[in-house]
Amino acid sequence: MKHRTFFWFILPTFLAMFFFITLPIISVFIQSLHTPHENILISVENCDPFGCKKVTSIDHEATKELKNEKPLGKFVGLDIYLDRGHIALEQVKQHWNNSENFLSFLSLISDLPFYKAIFFTLTFTFTVTPIMLFLGLLIALGVNAINIKLKGLIIFFSLLPMIVTPLIGSIILFWMIDSRGIVGNFLQIIFEDPNLSLKASTSLTWVTLIVYGVWHAIPFSFIVFYAGLQTLPKDQMESAQIDGANTFQQTIHIIIPHIMPLITFVTLMQLMDNFRVFEPIIGFNAEAHATSLSWIIFNDLGGETRQLSAAATSSILTILGIVILLLPVLIKTWREFDFKK
Amino acid sequence: MKLLLVKVFSILFFLVSSSAFACSISARVSIVGNEFPAIQTVGAGAKECKGAKVTANLTADHQKINVAGMSSKPAEYTSAIVANTSIVALLNNDLIRPLDDLVKKHGKGLKKNQLITIDGKIMAVAFMANAQHLVYRKDILKKLNIDVPKTYEEMLAAAKKIRASGLVKNPVGGAYKAGWNLAQEFNNMFIGYGGSHFKGNSAEPNVNSDAGVKALKMMKSLSAYMNPDFLTHDSNATNAEFRAGNVAIMNMWGSRAATLVDADGVSMEVKNGMDISGPMTVGGGKTPASTLFWDGWTVAKKISDEEAEATFIAMTNAIRPSILDNEDTRKQAVWLIEGYKPTDAARGVFAAAKMNTTPYPMLPYAGLMHSAIGKEIADFMQGKETADKTLSDIEDAYRASAKEKGFL
Repeated sequence: MKHRTFFWFILPTFLAMFFFITLPIISVFIQSLHTPHENILISVENCDPFGCKKVTSIDHEATKELKNEKPLGKFVGLDIYLDRGHIALEQVKQHWNNSENFLSFLSLISDLPFYKAIFFTLTFTFTVTPIMLFLGLLIALGVNAINIKLKGLIIFFSLLPMIVTPLIGSIILFWMIDSRGIVGNFLQIIFEDPNLSLKASTSLTWVTLIVYGVWHAIPFSFIVFYAGLQTLPKDQMESAQIDGANTFQQTIHIIIPHIMPLITFVTLMQLMDNFRVFEPIIGFNAEAHATSLSWIIFNDLGGETRQLSAAATSSILTILGIVILLLPVLIKTWREFDFKK
Repeated sequence: MKLLLVKVFSILFFLVSSSAFACSISARVSIVGNEFPAIQTVGAGAKECKGAKVTANLTADHQKINVAGMSSKPAEYTSAIVANTSIVALLNNDLIRPLDDLVKKHGKGLKKNQLITIDGKIMAVAFMANAQHLVYRKDILKKLNIDVPKTYEEMLAAAKKIRASGLVKNPVGGAYKAGWNLAQEFNNMFIGYGGSHFKGNSAEPNVNSDAGVKALKMMKSLSAYMNPDFLTHDSNATNAEFRAGNVAIMNMWGSRAATLVDADGVSMEVKNGMDISGPMTVGGGKTPASTLFWDGWTVAKKISDEEAEATFIAMTNAIRPSILDNEDTRKQAVWLIEGYKPTDAARGVFAAAKMNTTPYPMLPYAGLMHSAIGKEIADFMQGKETADKTLSDIEDAYRASAKEKGFL
């Protein structure tokens, strides 16, 4: 493609990305470096149906000028990044000095909100992504091999988990795994433990969330791989068959190398998606056992007092996290690209 | 007699219809608020007004959207229905306007104690009071010869007996869902043990105290008699458990008590067995382990004066005394409206007021404390941490957010 043509093709996308992605991220970054001005508190009389008493309130008049002058708030640099709600530099240092070995250090810092969220997010990402790649490929191979008349129907059903809105899907499963729900009750009978509850233990909640994550993400990898399978080189497959390669050998030596770019693509997308895990935590009411960076942002914005700066900081940290996570794959893709040239 | 009835009804009809016709507005009204029966009544009342569009967005997530929805100019919402907890966020951001002039002009039917004043300015109009109090199954207590618990210690003893009898496996209910609900239960218990959240008049936290430890321990003891999934149960889920007959005693919102067993499919046993009484005390204290709330409406600051006036008229219409003529409406809440006579369902909240229950603190930083408690306390409830560690975590988490918001 000529450079000129390429430029005109990419321009609308580029503009949209600039205005709706780049600019907002910059504004979020700027917000994360500022906090609201210090409040000037005054004591006022407050009367309600239960009587009158003195309460503390914010004096808006006193800070009005300052707020108009600097609407962004007070510049604090990286203070919010380093506070207890985020990187928690001070606490981490303290824990490092107080812990005997690395394991006890990990368990100490896992009590801090940011690290607690990171531990769950990484566990979720690194279990869901490989499992769903593997299962997605299996389903794609299976569907590819069945009778053409059945294919349409099977594909439709395989895509269902993705069609269902994540929040609705997780709420339905949440009720099913309740100790009085169909799945929860079934598990109690199998394990002969009438007190078994998936929602009451942290490890079982994590397993539930991971199973849900896999269930929800499989259709994506399945449909991408299935599309890839339609482009398999026929002559290579035939010659492999003539040479006596069995199905497993064919898969390993021909199919997987052929769809490798797609595997990279799905991995990239899923690493990003899973790192931002959010809906299942809400749907499964799992806040007590599992939190993620996205959940922290939601929680900071949803409290009675909105914490904009804290949420902005968590957003920037999420972006940094995704960049770090994707770095190996990006470097690999870049090298391959260079090599071919 | 018949004639008299006809007369009464025609007068009633005249009153109802005339007041409905009386409400005419000339600018848009847009309401955001929580979702429970009494507030739905208020929303519907505002919609009776003719002349301009009235919309109501009533959702349990109202706190997440009201600040954002009233910050723009002009504000999306012209009125937010709030409680003494949630009005703070609107006050902190300077989003609601003083109503003194409008009350003078259109607020003749309002009682003085409905007017919420801050520094002498009317900032909200309250229409109902609310508090958490005891809800229990009198049939079960009677069968086992248990007196109605007046303290949390008695509640624990009752729970032990009920479980031992095999009637209900997990007899205690409570909205212990991690987050806002769990923190509210802690607040109740903490106040019951005589704790105060802040040092004096400052924003310095004060929960890491003897009262805090006792409150946590009591909550832990109670949770042993709850459904093991208690950390996922909000008040909706807890009520569902009660309706299903899986809970025998619980601390529940007065605003839910009246309609608690009205749903379809509730067994006659639960329907006839349900009863309410006042809030419980704890640890020998006199102050109930509960908090008093009012619910009321506000008018946005960043809207035109016409819209503010229309909003005031519509909202005043929604809480006019004649709405109490309807039996169902009357028992939906403890109304603060002129002419309200307490129904049977109001006993719990009335007892709470009579026992001098502490009102929820209307402080600019109370919400941050509430969030910090909700975030940190789940670890203790799961037995992962000691009470001292959890309380110091709460203070650290609160300090970090209070510093960010410029309170410390």
